[in-house]
Amino acid sequence: MAERTPTQTPATVASPDPAAPPPRRRRRMKDLRKQPGFDTMAWFCLFCLYAPIAVLVVFSFNDNRSVVRWTEFSLRWYRAAFENDGIRHATWISLQVAFVAMVFATTFATMAALATTRVRAFKGQTLTYAVINQPLMVPEIVTAVSTLAFFVLIKQVTGLNGIGFLMLAHTVFCIPFAYMPIRARLEDMNLTLEQAAADLYGTPFQVFRTVTLPLMAPGIVAGAMLAFVVSLDDVIITLLVGGPGETTLPVYIFGQIRRGITPEINAVSTVLLGLSALLVSIFFLIGNKRK
Amino acid sequence: MATQTEIRDPGTPQAAAAQDVMIHAEGVIKTFGEGAGKITALDNVTVDIRKNEFFTLLGPSGCGKTTLLRLIAGFELPDRGQILLDGQEIGHLPPYKRPVNTVFQSYALFPHMSVARNIGFGLEMQGRPKAEIKTATEEMLALVQMEHLANRQTDQLSGGQQQRVALARALAPRPKVLLLDEPLSALDLKLRKEMQIELKRLQGETGITFVFVTHDQEEALTMSDRIAVMQAGCILQVGTPKEIYNNPARRFVADFIGDINILEGELQQDGGAVLLPGGASIGALLPEGAARSGKVSIAIRPENMGLTAPDAADASLTGEVTNIVYFGAGHNVHVALDGGGEVLVRRAQTDAQVGAKVGLAVPDAVQVLVD
Ligand SMILES: Nc1ncnc2c1ncn2[C@@H]1O[C@H](COP(=O)(O)OP(=O)(O)OP(=O)(O)O)[C@@H](O)[C@H]1O
Ligand SMILES: [Mg+2]
Repeated sequence: MAERTPTQTPATVASPDPAAPPPRRRRRMKDLRKQPGFDTMAWFCLFCLYAPIAVLVVFSFNDNRSVVRWTEFSLRWYRAAFENDGIRHATWISLQVAFVAMVFATTFATMAALATTRVRAFKGQTLTYAVINQPLMVPEIVTAVSTLAFFVLIKQVTGLNGIGFLMLAHTVFCIPFAYMPIRARLEDMNLTLEQAAADLYGTPFQVFRTVTLPLMAPGIVAGAMLAFVVSLDDVIITLLVGGPGETTLPVYIFGQIRRGITPEINAVSTVLLGLSALLVSIFFLIGNKRK
Repeated sequence: MATQTEIRDPGTPQAAAAQDVMIHAEGVIKTFGEGAGKITALDNVTVDIRKNEFFTLLGPSGCGKTTLLRLIAGFELPDRGQILLDGQEIGHLPPYKRPVNTVFQSYALFPHMSVARNIGFGLEMQGRPKAEIKTATEEMLALVQMEHLANRQTDQLSGGQQQRVALARALAPRPKVLLLDEPLSALDLKLRKEMQIELKRLQGETGITFVFVTHDQEEALTMSDRIAVMQAGCILQVGTPKEIYNNPARRFVADFIGDINILEGELQQDGGAVLLPGGASIGALLPEGAARSGKVSIAIRPENMGLTAPDAADASLTGEVTNIVYFGAGHNVHVALDGGGEVLVRRAQTDAQVGAKVGLAVPDAVQVLVD
């Protein structure tokens, strides 16, 4: 009893001390983000990412043939690009290919997503994912070369030709991009909803039409947009697989660049950029809204 | 001498006439998994559920209640056994061909449809005319008192409102059987009590057979016409709440429902009486198929025991009061028996004192338990 009082007193006096370390530690944790240099690095990365794009966009509005010296604002390069037959033709091919690839890739991806999520876990499920996503992992140039060789073979045997081959190639590499958001959507979806619909006399087809499909629609739209953008932006596969006259916009730009950068190319690139950005923004908006 | 009560062996079906039976399950076995990880979710279940009754499946978590419900609904197929609905074998029909609807624990309302369309969904799938769907939907909205919310999206509803919509949706096609898997477990206590009354009312008004799953014994006792107590994939006992409460046939049933005193005794007179440790002999209620001699466990509810003087004529047992706990509606008196062991006596009023010697009066006949 007598000893208790003295031991208690230092404890009370010392009590601010044990309480002190936690805030200090917490402050240090927060500091990690505010390390000197971290901010600068982040800004530098963003600068590297966007400065070239900004320059490209700015000089597409330049009333001058130079792409380094600013004179005056003008839309003349947009007009020039619009009146350029090569660009118009390439744009038309691009849109055709991207649209067809989007439709087919999204259809196949939807079927694949249903087949891989709407069943009980099966042996080789991981392998299936890997196979479906293969185009993401194989270097694009390998896919391009092998597709080219394969198509040459088919063309020789069947005598067929045409833009269909390019569309087919695009469809194939777009599938994984369409597949990912659709599968994510389906995995989020509550299986009980489909059971409830079946319980309420919905035949498998009715359940699919009235419950599964409407609920997976945002995933399908997102997947389709991603597929469209990916097809629109492709260069390597198109360059190798595309036959004469099947020049898409990126391939056309690529060809023009070798003769030097012109503000006209800047203008086309800006339009392409705007379109991609728009589609990707819609993709993210849909993804976020439905959560 | 005690007469045999209506406790039935779970193995044999009820003697109810066939036309009174809505669901008849016979020797149903359901297992999940293969080899070492194999789980027997239902182990030879045989049960009759009558028309227009509120039938409850009661049991601890994992005993197979949901599995039995899913077999009736058609989400799972039995490994063996038959399920008859109104005299027709349905065990292998897909869910959409069974006149049975389910209220899911998570409600499973369609998030992309309005309240009204949710409720009309079953009729819509059946291809009924639009006018009929409209009237039926309005009728159901009125039945669950949700008229004012017909055009809401389902994600703008409270838990209790979602519950009502789920009920209306499942009742709208007028199924022969409504299956409810712990529909009240997500609600708070007050709402839960309200919905218990609501469910009873809906069952009475619609005349539809309800099969209700719960692991809450109080809920089961207050709501059911009959209860099936389940354990480890088996139905142990089927009976009215009174039968289940007063005459539990199995030790598990006795333990699972309410407080109960379990004492050891020895059967006499070919099972007609039981000899208590104190030397008193009282009537025995034997479950069907139980042995007629030897050592047995008997069960007595705390409120069926009386306190008397230790030397009174009706004192079958004696002991010393160790504790008295007041709980509002009465007192729990804990008594240490002279022969060892402790019993609980529940009395509205008591003048017992802690430390006093008391005698314990027991009913004329007591329930014998099978393990
Ligand atoms: N799809 C399934 N796959 C594997 N095992 C399952 C499956 N469904 C149920 N089981 C197992 O079967 C047994 C019974 O499950 P069930 O869901 O019927 O229990 P329950 O009585 O409804 O329990 P709770 O009160 O927790 O809902 C459990 O051991 C469970 O793990
Ligand atoms: Mg369950």
